[in-house]
Amino acid sequence: MQSTRSLTSTSRLLAQTFRLQPSALPLVARSSPACYASSRQFTNQSSSQKAPVAPVSKMSQAENLDLLNKQRSLRPSSPHFTIYQPQLTWLGSIANRVTGVGLSVGMYAYAIAYLAGPHIGLGEFFASSHLVGLAATAPFWLKVALKAPLAAAFSYHTFNGIRHLLWDAGKCLTLKGAYTSGYIVIGATALSTIGLVLL
Amino acid sequence: MSLFSVSNTVRSALSRPVAAGSSSSIMARAAFSTSVPARLATPTSDPKPKKLKEFKIYRWNPDKPAEKPYLQSYTLDLNQCGPMVLDALIKIKNEVDPTLTFRRSCREGICGSCAMNIDGVNTLACLCRIEKEKETKIYPLPHMYIVKDLVPDLTQFYKQYRSIEPYLKSANPPKEGEHLQSPEERRRLDGLYECILCACCSTSCPSYWWNQDEYLGPAVLMQAYRWMADSRDSFGAERREKLENTFSLYRCHSIFNCSRTCPKGLNPAKAIAQIKKDMAFGPPKSDAARPVVAE
Repeated sequence: MQSTRSLTSTSRLLAQTFRLQPSALPLVARSSPACYASSRQFTNQSSSQKAPVAPVSKMSQAENLDLLNKQRSLRPSSPHFTIYQPQLTWLGSIANRVTGVGLSVGMYAYAIAYLAGPHIGLGEFFASSHLVGLAATAPFWLKVALKAPLAAAFSYHTFNGIRHLLWDAGKCLTLKGAYTSGYIVIGATALSTIGLVLL
Repeated sequence: MSLFSVSNTVRSALSRPVAAGSSSSIMARAAFSTSVPARLATPTSDPKPKKLKEFKIYRWNPDKPAEKPYLQSYTLDLNQCGPMVLDALIKIKNEVDPTLTFRRSCREGICGSCAMNIDGVNTLACLCRIEKEKETKIYPLPHMYIVKDLVPDLTQFYKQYRSIEPYLKSANPPKEGEHLQSPEERRRLDGLYECILCACCSTSCPSYWWNQDEYLGPAVLMQAYRWMADSRDSFGAERREKLENTFSLYRCHSIFNCSRTCPKGLNPAKAIAQIKKDMAFGPPKSDAARPVVAE
């Protein structure tokens, strides 16, 4: 490691002012966090008249890259959805994804159970006639508890799908359009859920 | 006349005596020099009561990488501080804790350096007024690798910007003179060219959070569209062709976080939707038929 004294004052000024990249200033000593501590000893020189000199040290391009990669491997990732303000925009999008996945999983699970039932000893448990019978004997609160989430998910995903079609057609592409359509979807979902539950 | 009247009032505040000499040059020096501390507007015996406010700021020090990131609390007197969050950050760095690290440059919303997450929303600290009542939480841009404190690593963001070839590519440049554009053609660039690449929108996008390695993100895609929409550029088809894959463009699900958060009031979601439309149905027949992005 070399002392900064060997540098010309102009290049030193450049290096400490702009923190130049290695490629931009190949022969000038560079400042780098890792060598800060070790090169600190050179900074307090006897020439007290001059402005304080930033601690710099000479590194080859390969050394510099090694150091950068080492630092990169340690960098944390900043927090995201846990700190982001809840907004209709992204919460609406997450709701669309969740309802879509939920409805798909439910549909596939029921279809597979319906087909596999007789072969795995469940008999006609998932047959339509048996389920209709079960529903007829179920108490009111149980029916609402089962139907409401299904109806809400189905309604929201349908209406939001229409909203997506509008966007793809080039409509409602302003922030105001996105918010207005979002609130309309929520309102329509509420009405439709009540209607479907009462069926 | 105004120069003299200003310098006369300033002269009375001078602490050192004004020596003999050309009076006009001395007055000019008094008016324009800023190095005399006695003349700086330093707050003294402020009559206003203190208005204390807490800032909680994300800290992480690369010299101690084993220590987890944490929120550090600072309390400032708002009556001794400028109105913007950047003023508060600079005040903290100057007077309370010089180790606090953040990027800043122009302090007027044109450089994009001080982009960060303030009270849950990505914005420029220099354009964000300090909330008077509640405490303020300040994080770096979300889901980015952190170099130190509020400084994110934007290497990937810039690489993505480079990948869309953000410059004019013309097959038939004019033989001499400027490359002309009609006012109507020029209007198609409004709402696109104003982007300062602060990365607020890209780092507010959940799709960009999850697929940063392959999805280009709203800022870069809007700039991709800015060159597709330019009547002088003749490589729109090639530019669109490069986006024809699962990730580069189509991870956009019209979430609108980008347009919601843009500190310059731009609408990346609309530009991206127009790219999708052009790719699905073909570009408009003429540049004059292209929709205008800026309302």
